[in-house]
Amino acid sequence: MVNIISAGQPTEEAKYEQFMKRIEAGEKIEAEDWMPENYRMTLIKLISMHGISEIMGALPEKEWVPKAPTLKRKLGIMAKVQDEMGHGQLLLRVTEDLMKPLGKTREDILQDLLSGRLKFHNVFHMETKSWGDAGLIGWLVDGAAIITQTNMLDASYGPYARALKRICAEEVFHAQHGEAIILALAEGTKEQRAMVQDALNRWWEALLMFFGPGDAATTGTSKQDTTIKYRIRTKTNEELRQDFFTKYIPRVLSLGLELPDEEMYFDKEDGLWKYQQPDWSKFKEIIQNKGPKSNERLRLREIAYSNNKWVIDALQH
Amino acid sequence: MGRETEDMIVNQKDMLQKEGYLEAVTHLLFQLADDDFILAYRGSEWLGLAPHIEEDVAFSSISQDTMGHAAMFYSLLEELGAGDADKLAHARLAKDRKNAILLELANGPGTYLNEPQYDWAFTVVRNFFYVQAKKVKILSLKNTSYQPMAEAAVKVNMELYYHLLHWKTWFMQLIGAGGEARTRMEKAVTDVFKDLGGLFSQGATAVAFGENQLIDTEEQLIAAWKHEMTPIFDSLEMKMPKKFGMEKGDGRNGEHTQDLEAAIETLSEVYRLDVKASW
Repeated sequence: MVNIISAGQPTEEAKYEQFMKRIEAGEKIEAEDWMPENYRMTLIKLISMHGISEIMGALPEKEWVPKAPTLKRKLGIMAKVQDEMGHGQLLLRVTEDLMKPLGKTREDILQDLLSGRLKFHNVFHMETKSWGDAGLIGWLVDGAAIITQTNMLDASYGPYARALKRICAEEVFHAQHGEAIILALAEGTKEQRAMVQDALNRWWEALLMFFGPGDAATTGTSKQDTTIKYRIRTKTNEELRQDFFTKYIPRVLSLGLELPDEEMYFDKEDGLWKYQQPDWSKFKEIIQNKGPKSNERLRLREIAYSNNKWVIDALQH
Repeated sequence: MGRETEDMIVNQKDMLQKEGYLEAVTHLLFQLADDDFILAYRGSEWLGLAPHIEEDVAFSSISQDTMGHAAMFYSLLEELGAGDADKLAHARLAKDRKNAILLELANGPGTYLNEPQYDWAFTVVRNFFYVQAKKVKILSLKNTSYQPMAEAAVKVNMELYYHLLHWKTWFMQLIGAGGEARTRMEKAVTDVFKDLGGLFSQGATAVAFGENQLIDTEEQLIAAWKHEMTPIFDSLEMKMPKKFGMEKGDGRNGEHTQDLEAAIETLSEVYRLDVKASW
């Protein structure tokens, strides 16, 4: 049979097949390459959310930057939060290239954030109450971020994979910065130790939620299957959460801290940590921007936007 | 250690014995340290709120350098027996601080946590004018009689090039844009001039600085500043006042505003939980 189409333009199906073959062979897709619409939209959603989460994620820690208790800590946390903003910038650049064919820009991303169409990561809606939280975010939230991001280091989309390489390298420093704060507190006075334990207790549920629900039953939808199919990530949310426990539970215990979940244990038979589920109804609230600090943090970005609009206008002059 | 360095150290010890020398050096170091410390603090309040993300990253980098300079000056004070550097930065009352009042003023209405309606025009003008003033001081300090301060000046000077370029670019661009931006910038320039004199003031210690060859006089530093700034003002068709004001008082003599009190309250909040603890 003669394939009359092959002489001219390949069909969408043929392009799709070719595309899937490429990513299954481990090839990287670049910004200018053909890609299925669903792949492009999945990436835009994922990377714009990641980028904007880095930027919104600067805000909870930033609350402690001017208050850091020594000159060394002031310098350390300033550099750390600056890195987060830098990651945000890098990721928004990657998203901008993907959005170009749709005629959208960074302005649209920021507008989507302010209107609530674009969500930021659930962990950054939580409240901070003490310097212990500043340490804990650096140590365990960044630790959790390293685990999810390492899972995508070999993502099929080349520009994202390359950005993640750089980000992960810096996140390792952040986790060390956070761990140093926590160590100083854990080895300090009774009050300082209590500060760490209190931070851990308050952040525990947020850390469990960090990786997202185990399946779509919780929120009705889940992008896990799509991102795995497109070779953007390899592991499921639950596998990542288990990796986090395996890496960090021994460290938490070695500092003399108590696990906030008394019933938690490692089941040697199936090789899995057994733990109490967080309240997933809270998670659903948070991802609708109804978390404890959602509005305050969005308000800060809104002020930064509206208050400096004259500056942006002047730059376009 | 070379013979020359040994001689220098002996020399330095002799000088510190000289009546009034240690006190004068200490005062000057406090002026330098407190200036950088409070302005870096003001910069850190801007984190996450700058006009665009690229600026957030760049401004934060400058604030870190500035905080690093403050830390260096505080550690020179520590070496001179003034006390622990962290204590000097966090525990001193407003009346004991020597920073210029211009640098302690809040970034705008609100706080960094609640409704920060910060003023970018004021921030650009304050930082640009400050970095230029710091530059002329640092150049003068390269020849100071106190060797450790001269060495610190060499290090600081290397980073100032980028700070100056950064703020000068903003200054030129926003004024050059005309319209609302120019109006806002002109207002900020007028406001900053009202207290710019405080940056150059050497307070009650001015005579001692001169007698001990620590730094050029206020008049020399102002002349050097004007020499650098005049071409920029001319190119933008802006006028510079003949005299710089000190309307809110002279911070070098411990005069300060409520803005500094509030800033100290915030920046030492965690430190004060336990001043003896290791953080």
